[in-house]
Amino acid sequence: MGAVYALIALGLTLIYGVLHIINFAHGASLMVALYGVYFLKQKLNIDPYLALPIVAPAMFAFGYGLQRIVINRASHGKDENILLVTLGISIVLENLALLFFKSDTYSIDTAYTLATISIGPAVVPLSKVIAFVGALAVSSILLIIMHRTDLGRAIRAVAKEKQGARLMGIDVDHVYALSFGIGLACLGAAACFLLPAYYVNPLVGNGFVLIAFTIVVLGGMGSFVGALLGGLLIGVVESIGGLVLGESLGQVGIFIIFIAVLLFRPQGLFGSRQ
Amino acid sequence: MKDIRLIALFTVTVALIPVFIRSGVVLNFLMMGLYATLLAQAWNVLGGFGGQFSFGHALFFGTGAYVQAIAQLQLDVNPWCALLLAMAVGSTVGAFVGAVSFRFGLKGSYFALITLAFAEVFRIVALSVPFTGAGVGLMLPLREATANMQFSSRSGYIWLILGLVTLALLMTAWLRHSRFGAYLQAVRDNEDAARAIGVNASSTKLWATMMSAMLMAAAGAFYFQVFQYIDPGLAFGPHTSVEALVGAIVGGMGTLWGPLLGALVLHVLSDLTRNLFGQLPGISMVVYGSVLILIMLFLPRGISGVGSSWHTLFKNNRQGL
Repeated sequence: MGAVYALIALGLTLIYGVLHIINFAHGASLMVALYGVYFLKQKLNIDPYLALPIVAPAMFAFGYGLQRIVINRASHGKDENILLVTLGISIVLENLALLFFKSDTYSIDTAYTLATISIGPAVVPLSKVIAFVGALAVSSILLIIMHRTDLGRAIRAVAKEKQGARLMGIDVDHVYALSFGIGLACLGAAACFLLPAYYVNPLVGNGFVLIAFTIVVLGGMGSFVGALLGGLLIGVVESIGGLVLGESLGQVGIFIIFIAVLLFRPQGLFGSRQ
Repeated sequence: MKDIRLIALFTVTVALIPVFIRSGVVLNFLMMGLYATLLAQAWNVLGGFGGQFSFGHALFFGTGAYVQAIAQLQLDVNPWCALLLAMAVGSTVGAFVGAVSFRFGLKGSYFALITLAFAEVFRIVALSVPFTGAGVGLMLPLREATANMQFSSRSGYIWLILGLVTLALLMTAWLRHSRFGAYLQAVRDNEDAARAIGVNASSTKLWATMMSAMLMAAAGAFYFQVFQYIDPGLAFGPHTSVEALVGAIVGGMGTLWGPLLGALVLHVLSDLTRNLFGQLPGISMVVYGSVLILIMLFLPRGISGVGSSWHTLFKNNRQGL
């Protein structure tokens, strides 16, 4: 799970790093992507892993449009407004899902749902191994894009110095929307890896959104490597917490880490002090 | 003084409504409208005047509701005393969350996140410990008597919630005119500047949090008395946090009458959609969310800001990036 968490957090940290906003609609967007994967499988019988090239671009387009049409216009130059708008978006998405799909929980059956693989002494479900490898692969691709391409350079330039980037001829609004789109595309990819081992219901995003925030805060806002390591760390903490304290109280462990990190080290474990 | 006179007029007028109107629909609407106003006004004290956006105000609401329930059911406290106790405990929780957050200088999105996280922690704890009745929730047995805060008609509840709303309005009016209110608004507008002229920003925000939490806890206690039932999802779930926040923002943050206006508008809207589409799950939240987005897009200062702010709105638009 840790690697998938990392992928979700990566999307969030990208959006935060560039736009300096906290995307409250992140969990709800993940939920949308999960429903997308689910219906592709049920209606068109497309394997969740093969759905990746469909869902990720679709989420990218969704994010690009959302940023361009709604978020950017509603900000009026204030960060608080963006916070509230993304909150509004998440409320609308979640409850539309509730309206159309009811509060039922769906999961999918594939040939490999119950398949396991043994790594050394441990027996792990195959779907989780694929999720782990796939999430790491997508994260690496993202890192390469960020550091090796012109697009990545433009995004990093805007993140560092908006006015300067604008003077260099970078279309800032376009880069904003691109970053938001890429952030949501990460969710699309995460959804493809997640669903075979997980389930979907209208509130599924809630569980992830606080975990993703925890990871992003833990890893240092806007830091990619931090998000990756933070994700893996939280995955471990959740498993151990669930083992020691039981399923529901195990979740409290994550929130306590979250609150503690916010209080004592808001720049994160790997972030630099500003 | 003008504010006080208006509030008095408002309270007397609304108090007379149940005397003359007996229609159950109208009275129910009035009661729930006043209840929503209390939520919005409570959020407004901290969010509107203090500029601290809490996304987890249900934390205080749920605390109030559970204190009201547990005090009566397990400690045999009179509900009127329990209400005071609920407000006291609510504001203590507010003091704790505020002290922790402001001590470490959390603001903006971080404050929103930490309140959300606290509400979630309380929800999970309420689900897991025995004295809250865990997932089953707590139920109040029916014992109709004014001394039990269980009234035979809606009008009793209306006067009760009207009293609480009046208290909230008076507190807001005080924020508008007192020295403390000026400090609070100074901290909201520019914390560094406020600090520089000698305002103790942390303690100012702390007091505002406690006031806000106290009102929210009163709303929670009222909720429990009316519906006689509470469970962790109702108490600490996101619905109440959203209702409080959207009401205040739609009406106009940092105003005296805005939250009342916003709460009523939202209430009418969600009643309308309920009549149009029937009791579908989530429909009222879709309305709340959409209204929030639309307000942020077109009227960032809320409905009550429309008249006064066309000019500045236009200017902000052009400066904004």
